[in-house]
Amino acid sequence: MATEFGHQTASGHLTVPAESKEPYAADVLAQLHADAEQVVARYPQKRSALLPLLHLVQSVDGYITGRGIDFCAEVLDLSRAEVSGVATFYTQYKRHPNGEYTVGVCTNTLCAIMGGDQIWEAVSEHLGVGHDETTPDGKITLERVECNAACDYAPVVMANWEFFDNQTPESTKQLVDDLREGRNVAPTRGPSRVCTFKQVSRVLAGFNDGLADEGVGAGPASLEGLRVAREHNWTAPRGADAAEHHTEATAGGTTPGRHTSVNAPTNEPDELPGGEDAKGEQK
Amino acid sequence: MSTTLTPILTKFWDDPQSWTLETYRAHDGYKALERALTMEPATLVQMTKDSGLRGRGGAGFPTGMKWGFLPPPDGGPRYLVVNADESEPGTCKDIPLMMAAPQFLIEGVAITSYAIGCNHAFIYLRGEVVHVYRRLLRAVEEAYAAGLLGKNIMGSGFDLEVTVHAGAGAYICGEETALLDSLEGRRGQPRLKPPFPAVAGLYARPTVVNNVESIASVPPILLYGDQWFADMGTEKSQGFGIFSLSGHVKRPGQYEAPLGITLRELLDMAGGMRDPQKKLKFWTPGGSSTPLFTDAHLDVPLDFESVGAAGSMLGTRALQIFDETTCVVRAVDRWTDFYKHESCGKCTPCREGTWWLKQITGRLENGQGSEEDLEKLLDICDNILGRSFCALGDGATSPITSSIQYFRDEYIAHLTHGGCPFDRDASSLFARENVSA
Repeated sequence: MATEFGHQTASGHLTVPAESKEPYAADVLAQLHADAEQVVARYPQKRSALLPLLHLVQSVDGYITGRGIDFCAEVLDLSRAEVSGVATFYTQYKRHPNGEYTVGVCTNTLCAIMGGDQIWEAVSEHLGVGHDETTPDGKITLERVECNAACDYAPVVMANWEFFDNQTPESTKQLVDDLREGRNVAPTRGPSRVCTFKQVSRVLAGFNDGLADEGVGAGPASLEGLRVAREHNWTAPRGADAAEHHTEATAGGTTPGRHTSVNAPTNEPDELPGGEDAKGEQK
Repeated sequence: MSTTLTPILTKFWDDPQSWTLETYRAHDGYKALERALTMEPATLVQMTKDSGLRGRGGAGFPTGMKWGFLPPPDGGPRYLVVNADESEPGTCKDIPLMMAAPQFLIEGVAITSYAIGCNHAFIYLRGEVVHVYRRLLRAVEEAYAAGLLGKNIMGSGFDLEVTVHAGAGAYICGEETALLDSLEGRRGQPRLKPPFPAVAGLYARPTVVNNVESIASVPPILLYGDQWFADMGTEKSQGFGIFSLSGHVKRPGQYEAPLGITLRELLDMAGGMRDPQKKLKFWTPGGSSTPLFTDAHLDVPLDFESVGAAGSMLGTRALQIFDETTCVVRAVDRWTDFYKHESCGKCTPCREGTWWLKQITGRLENGQGSEEDLEKLLDICDNILGRSFCALGDGATSPITSSIQYFRDEYIAHLTHGGCPFDRDASSLFARENVSA
């Protein structure tokens, strides 16, 4: 059954299920339009709503459907090609039906070396699926993911974009078994349960689900430096409460930039376009 | 040990409800905004310049100077966009900051917006961290409800709307112009500069793009003074920053310290290497896009100038630490795979170059290459560095050229050994458990 999902031909053409183009039921469409109106209202220009709207489509369809692309194009006055071009650029947009849970094993260097490669192999074998493949019961889509900004908790596994820290092959196999069996699973740092892919997609469209107050503020690694500082009684220097403003602006208003398209000083001293030093701003 | 930690942004992360407005207010939250609203915007820009704060997203461009580059108001909108797309391999400071203390960022956004004359600010968060998105949405809700965002903030007449926007998985969107394209609902591909965002950014309007930690540092600077901030750190790299230790270290985590601290000092605080018998082999000072360092660089002060002088870059202070059990070729091969995967495809040197780099590092790791491949790698790197559209291509060359510089013999060993000579289980976190089991 796994092969039914997102079959790709030898020439690279993606075959999407025929139902992906069936029109939405009237009530579903009405709700989509109501939600889309709220999303569009957040931005000065409506095209900015495209990324959240694609998340919204996934919250209804579980992936980016043909009808979802039509919907975004219609709401934002774009061509379907323009919407598809965006949808295919970003890895979180699925081109074929996604499982109820996306389980992503970080196999970027740090996590891979700390054991992510072994976790990946164990879980892939356990589930019998590879990267971007879904288990026959439609529960789990397995992925190799890139760095998810939790390196101090390596190796890291993400389930529907919630953090599972310091994983082992055994703990991750347990995690996917629990998810498949429908048992409640709590992330290491996150809400009290892992929501479904569709639920999480709705949050990513900007609709808060009220779970923000659940879970910890920080995990143990995030607090290591603070703990060491407390242990040694180290604090930041106590600044004089700067009630006095000893500095005066050198120019009225903000310093004028240049009006022409040539604005070279913006780059100095160390932000040369395309140059070695520009690197940092890129990340 | 001369340098000590300075918890400022991390100070109350262990509070059981650290992310709420109530907790933030109990730690002087929004006092800085209250003061800012009584000041001239130009004074705030000057204060930020005087503090010496330099961008915490990696490039280290002076933050106040960036604000100052905006052209004079012309009556049209001006924007602040916060780059919360943290995804440089090894970098893990902004995500915990926004999870534990999102109000720091919101207050910083409000002060910065006031300073640059912006009435609609955006926070572009990567999409793969849904709980952080919940926390930011909640923080903004709380701030609106308390009158700290919205119309006529604290009776000052200043209006500010804040939109928190989730991306959808693309490393390149951390490059500021790709981020702007993405925020406009397009494929995230870098723009040609000039014009710079300060002149034509979001919707072609004057825009400031700043990193999360830079903006979160603004309230403390205002509260305690630019001099207080400037007194920390080194002469040209002033203030504090969060240093993220990961990998083969006893206690990985976030360590907030003045710039100029050394890895030796940080390692000491973090309990040393995970196994004292196993030597430090290589590390990144600021993420995978910064050239590797070795144990010879333990005493390099971690500030922009010293790290640069030693041949690398401070970057995001993402210290990924690898001990002698780690195969450097395997590490570099995997990073190269990452750059290949994340290259946006816009420019030829990066799109084609990263693909070929990966073919070669892959066969070297498997012991199938030849010694000439090393020269080929360096030649390709030479054709990417400085010739690609944005810094992603440059970053892709850093691990390769630096690893060949320091560990050429190890590449050769893969060839003579006919494969990787390392036991990969020895470098994993659960190596010891497996052995004892």
